[in-house]
Amino acid sequence: MEKRRPKLKIFKNPLRRWGWLFLGPMAAAFIIGFVWPFIQGIYLSMCQFKTISMAKFTGFDNYVKAITDPSFIHSFWYTALFAIVSVVLINVLAFTVAYFLTQGIKGSNLFRTVFFMPNLIGGIVLGYIWSMIFDGILSHFGTSILMETSFGFWGLIILMCWQQIGYMMIIYIAGLQAVPEDILEAAKIDGATKKQTLFRVIIPNVMPSITICTFLSLTNGFKLFDQNLALTGGQPFIIQADGSSIKTTEMLALNIFNTFYGSNTASSGQAQAKAVLFFILVAAIGLIQLAATRRKEVQQ
Amino acid sequence: MSKRKTAEATLASEKRRKTILSIVLTCICIIYVLPVLSVVINSFKQNTFVKTDTFALPTGDMWAGFANFIKGMTFGNYPFMQSVLYSVLITIVSTALILLFTSMAAWYIARVNSFICKVFYYLCVFSMVVPFQMVMYPLSKTADSLHLNTPWTIPVIYLGFGAGLAIFMFVGFVKSIPIEIEEAASIDGCGALRTYFKVVFPMLRPTMISVGILEIMWVWNDYLLPYLVLDINEYRTIPIHIQYLKGSYGTVDLGATMALILLSIIPVIIFYLICQKYIIKGVAAGAVKG
Repeated sequence: MEKRRPKLKIFKNPLRRWGWLFLGPMAAAFIIGFVWPFIQGIYLSMCQFKTISMAKFTGFDNYVKAITDPSFIHSFWYTALFAIVSVVLINVLAFTVAYFLTQGIKGSNLFRTVFFMPNLIGGIVLGYIWSMIFDGILSHFGTSILMETSFGFWGLIILMCWQQIGYMMIIYIAGLQAVPEDILEAAKIDGATKKQTLFRVIIPNVMPSITICTFLSLTNGFKLFDQNLALTGGQPFIIQADGSSIKTTEMLALNIFNTFYGSNTASSGQAQAKAVLFFILVAAIGLIQLAATRRKEVQQ
Repeated sequence: MSKRKTAEATLASEKRRKTILSIVLTCICIIYVLPVLSVVINSFKQNTFVKTDTFALPTGDMWAGFANFIKGMTFGNYPFMQSVLYSVLITIVSTALILLFTSMAAWYIARVNSFICKVFYYLCVFSMVVPFQMVMYPLSKTADSLHLNTPWTIPVIYLGFGAGLAIFMFVGFVKSIPIEIEEAASIDGCGALRTYFKVVFPMLRPTMISVGILEIMWVWNDYLLPYLVLDINEYRTIPIHIQYLKGSYGTVDLGATMALILLSIIPVIIFYLICQKYIIKGVAAGAVKG
């Protein structure tokens, strides 16, 4: 630890007086754009309301309604399955590509440029591009991506792989390039095969990158909205006995959105409760994942 | 002699391996570009053929010339160029606001480090794990009541909701700058403002570029926030416009939709090819820190 040096008052004290100017604008916008809506969101999740001024406190009613809503439960499992499959696929593929691109092949830069490109295209646009492609293929078999749940699921997986592999690849390349040359040299001299070098030397050394990428792709999977909306919008629907419908390819974020702005205007409170649960879930997954992979790093 | 031969053999096999790898990667590259190419192809195709002959070149009967583009411009009684203008306006103003105010706040937070500073810093870090769905309803109502629901005022919302990552990255960077430089400036008679704009601001350039690129990519592609905050009948951004093409009209003109999608991704791809180096660096920096 570096020694703490007494700070020059000549600098710090005059700066303190300028807080309103330096901190002020950002603080005001941050309160409008985040702090106040967040507090209000927690309060509203315990209210029955159509507009905010008419909110009536009802306690945990909304939460009970939310967790007994079959469409919410369905979207939870659907999202979880999607997140797990996409995390595995994206990370394995991105790591493989990054590994090959760091082998000193000609044209690595060109490949990198191409693989990263889909990241710049927005989710809505991506969804429509792929829905055209999938329908172009499936129309030859007389069907469409909107007809079957499994088409929608794998379609979204392919879309997300296409978009995210390039992003994760960049992080993995940075990690791979930071592996010290002398360790690789030592492994070579000791007669390690390529496979041994990869699994015993390289992977333990890029563990921080793996942590970041799994964490990122998992939360990305859970928070997915635009692509889901544009590709299938939740179709196909299953009509239930009581007249309500389950949108079989609807993910959590879209489910919350539909509960807020759907046909049932009395369900805003329930939607806000879902949103709070969603927030807790996303935050918890992030923390657990981070803690788990950090522990692994220490062991190695 | 024999040793040299085996060395040559391994060298040759290494070479062969690299060639095979190059070929495989080239194939994957071509597959990767195909979706974008299919947008290009289909934007010149007659609408009826888009669904049946998606992967055929627009020849003969299928060729539509620029009809799709002309049609797309005025499609759905909202002029496309207007949404382009709003998208550009919102993206530029929001990014500029975020860069200026969050870097100022981050410098203040890192250097003064009072109780209020710490509160805001940890709130910002916290805001990074909060999904937008959590705040979207109250946020859109707050924006309405404060009249932040026009393209000219929505940047304030972006500044507020996007502050987390920017503050986090700027504070991290400011802490790595030796404070002596700023002390020297203040001993030489610079006030807080002069010290910031003449001394600190230029030093923040690398992080400015990273944060700027992350914010541009976010704001330009963002759909839900402007959709909920803006009055959709009057103001649309490009993602909202494209969503509306499919959303609210019974029969979708796929040809015209593809033409608009092509128009909306051309500037993005040009931007990417020009600032590629910075974009990749910025994304890597944002991910490692976030």
